[in-house]
Amino acid sequence: MVTRPVSSGLPNGPVAAALIAGGVGSTTIGIVTLLTEANASVANALVWYAPVGSLSGQIGIGLIAYFASWIVLHLILRGKNVNFARATTMALLLLVIGLLGTFPPFFSLFAGK
Amino acid sequence: MTVSLREGWTVLHGTLFGAALLLAFAGGLAGLYGLRPEWGAAPKIEKHILGLKIMVWGAALIAWGTVMTGTFIVYPWYGAAAPMSAEATLSPYDRLLANPVTADWNNFGMAWKQHVGWLAPIAATVVAFAVTYYGPQLAKRTDERRALMVFFVIAFAAAATAGVFGALLNKVAPIG
Repeated sequence: MVTRPVSSGLPNGPVAAALIAGGVGSTTIGIVTLLTEANASVANALVWYAPVGSLSGQIGIGLIAYFASWIVLHLILRGKNVNFARATTMALLLLVIGLLGTFPPFFSLFAGK
Repeated sequence: MTVSLREGWTVLHGTLFGAALLLAFAGGLAGLYGLRPEWGAAPKIEKHILGLKIMVWGAALIAWGTVMTGTFIVYPWYGAAAPMSAEATLSPYDRLLANPVTADWNNFGMAWKQHVGWLAPIAATVVAFAVTYYGPQLAKRTDERRALMVFFVIAFAAAATAGVFGALLNKVAPIG
């Protein structure tokens, strides 16, 4: 992503960071869902709260990835202007990966247990 | 005319939060779409932005409340994480899987709903942050506004998917 000097008006870096972080969180939930389906050991390791089962760990990891990536990206991109079209494309692509990973006919293809 | 504790939480999670979410999403999307660059620094834009902030933050907070109550309060009563019940009354999860005709309500419906629902608060929070960050400048930021509307619609679609399947699941295998 090209970064340009800050022009008049607020720089778009922080918003780009938020968008991409949203995509990272979604993708992480999608990938962790696939891994849970594929491997019983992963599923067992993700039982962070027994009444909710492995869903608790899947969501936990997804939220950690979301907030951690938001903090990191915000620190990197604050005060900067970025190629917003590219940032949006990246964010939407990550969001779509997350949607795909959470779609049962797709993640059940990876069912290993 | 009584409502059990489980039914009450299910109503809060699905019906009350769901209806409020629908309103907030509709208001937020209308607010984003209705911003006009020519408004500039007009006084009316401050009022519009305030209303927009209320709607998008309302949507985000309600979405978080919905997924939290759903995952950590209602879902345990659904019974998917519990071992097969030996009691006379089976959990909704057990009842659905006991019949091949209804098994897909869990294997597709609940499986999709419990994951995709979480994308709604994540995407809605992104939008709420951006609206707060830009404030009135958002009226002139056409590209950013378009991206935010797409994110907001995706957030709504995720919430709607989870909501519809939740309502149908509660019809087929009620909790409580």
